[in-house]
Amino acid sequence: MKTDSRFLTWVSHIAMLLFAVACIAPFVLLISASLTDQDAIVAHGYSFIPQNFSTAAYEYLFNKGSDIIRAYGVSVFVTVFGTVVGLAITTLLAYPLSRSVTPHRNLIMFLIFFTMLFNGGLVPTYLVYTQLFELKNTIWALIIPGMLTNGFYIMMMRTFFQTTVPPALIESAQLDGASEYRTLWSVVIPISTPIMAAIGMFTAIFYWNDWQNGMVYITNPDLFSIQNMLNRIMQDIQFITANMSSTSGESMQQMPTDSVRMAMAVIGALPILIAYPFFQKHFIKGIVVGAVKG
Amino acid sequence: MEPAATTPAVQAVLKEKKKINYRKHAPLLIMMIPGLLYLFFNNYLPMLGIAIAFKDINFAKGIFRSDWVGFDNFEYLFKTSDAFIITRNTILYNLVFIILGTVLALACAILLNEIKNKPLLKSYQAIITMPHLISMVIVSYLVFALLGAENGFINRTVLPWLGIEDGIMWYSEAKYWPVILTLVHFWKSIGYSSIVFFAALLGIDEEYYEAARLDGATRWKQITSITLPILTPIIILMSLLSIGRIFYSDFGLFYQVPMASGALFETTETIDTYVFKGLMGSGDIGMSTAAGVYQSIVGFILVILANYTVRRLSKDNALF
Repeated sequence: MKTDSRFLTWVSHIAMLLFAVACIAPFVLLISASLTDQDAIVAHGYSFIPQNFSTAAYEYLFNKGSDIIRAYGVSVFVTVFGTVVGLAITTLLAYPLSRSVTPHRNLIMFLIFFTMLFNGGLVPTYLVYTQLFELKNTIWALIIPGMLTNGFYIMMMRTFFQTTVPPALIESAQLDGASEYRTLWSVVIPISTPIMAAIGMFTAIFYWNDWQNGMVYITNPDLFSIQNMLNRIMQDIQFITANMSSTSGESMQQMPTDSVRMAMAVIGALPILIAYPFFQKHFIKGIVVGAVKG
Repeated sequence: MEPAATTPAVQAVLKEKKKINYRKHAPLLIMMIPGLLYLFFNNYLPMLGIAIAFKDINFAKGIFRSDWVGFDNFEYLFKTSDAFIITRNTILYNLVFIILGTVLALACAILLNEIKNKPLLKSYQAIITMPHLISMVIVSYLVFALLGAENGFINRTVLPWLGIEDGIMWYSEAKYWPVILTLVHFWKSIGYSSIVFFAALLGIDEEYYEAARLDGATRWKQITSITLPILTPIIILMSLLSIGRIFYSDFGLFYQVPMASGALFETTETIDTYVFKGLMGSGDIGMSTAAGVYQSIVGFILVILANYTVRRLSKDNALF
């Protein structure tokens, strides 16, 4: 029995170790490629250990950095602004829905729930945001369409309020003369930090990683987020290689070399990879909170 | 869904306040305005936009003045082989993702549960959930570093090891992509979904295992006769919910990773990428809108059916 259990423990360790290596390996390849001399890449292909170590790609990016810094700025602004506003909207909608005194609560719940079952799809959404609101080529296009809040977050937060905030606490605050806003801000939110952290984190990751809104609504490169910039570079390369014969040597030279391209991807992934050790505990908790049905 | 509202005390209060006091609760109503407005414009208005699937969209005339054409767009869509290919791809990929994905995530959770060394367990969890955080654009770079025709790691290092000197043009050979996309999907999602099962495993009372050990059950036996049966409801629930979404695909995976390469249409195009390409001008907008409506409606029916099934099995687990 003892050996049987120990055997399984060993199997588990080996399997998890392999899985962990498989999760990390592509990043190692990417980072290694970004630190390899271009000639070495041409000679040997991408490899896990830089064949000919060089920081030329990063130097190139720093010298020619204004586009990247702007794209970074767009990404940071969109992420911070979107997360703060999105979290506020979600909380302000979820809190009344958690209170049994709110008029028409069930009707509103149903209307929110219905958005989780049925949607108009991409094309009608695009038309609403471009024809009615003229969001095309504005920074708001990266923040508003489809991203601020959704039925799932609202349901999750509402359930959390309902199950963890004792109604007596709210009542006593209001007997003491606290308004609804005051109650929400000073009583409900302070004891709901786990759900706030979870939804705030998911929203922030969602914003940082989003490229779809940029692709649909933005054609002005000044408004590209870092993801859109990466996406555009990849598309250009695809386009050039697909039309290789008709491409002049000049435009081949203009496009970033392999190592520069990989260095850009590293820079795009870096903030999340650096921040991850600090928020991974909350992230894993958040997955569990999110899985518990709203 | 409404545990708090069903106690007798609360019901009594509700009855007493039949007449709604709007003025007293105005702050609660006002609070909801931004969120409700957002959902109205973001979710409800586009639902009306479904009407454009029945129009011959002409941007010169404007959306509202375009001619009504009835079901023509749908007819065109289903006359081409596109409708069949995108439906087949969407459903087949999802089926593989649901079935194999559940098995792998479960296996991963069970293995994690065998690891009693806390720091190591935390590290494994942190690492295997990490791919989930990375945007699909960056994933497409990672895949490109592996599969790129000229400098990719597979063509330049792995294949020569195996004695294959001619590189494979991965981005123009459709037949490899079902495997590639499945691997990428699992790489990105298994760690994440195993955490959900792992959390459920932690909830199992240790006493069951004690008792089984006293009876001389092997570790394997404990897994098959305690762990799996206890997890069955959550497995069924999660699978049914995914089946409800079988008409939707992970757009990023199917658009970014194959790099929208036309040569791969046969095995990588799903309903979502088809609709997107139609909108972005590389396809037919009328047909793509029709495909979007087709997806919304069939998807809606499937969610309702899936929920109905869950409800029959266990009322508590149903969504509504």
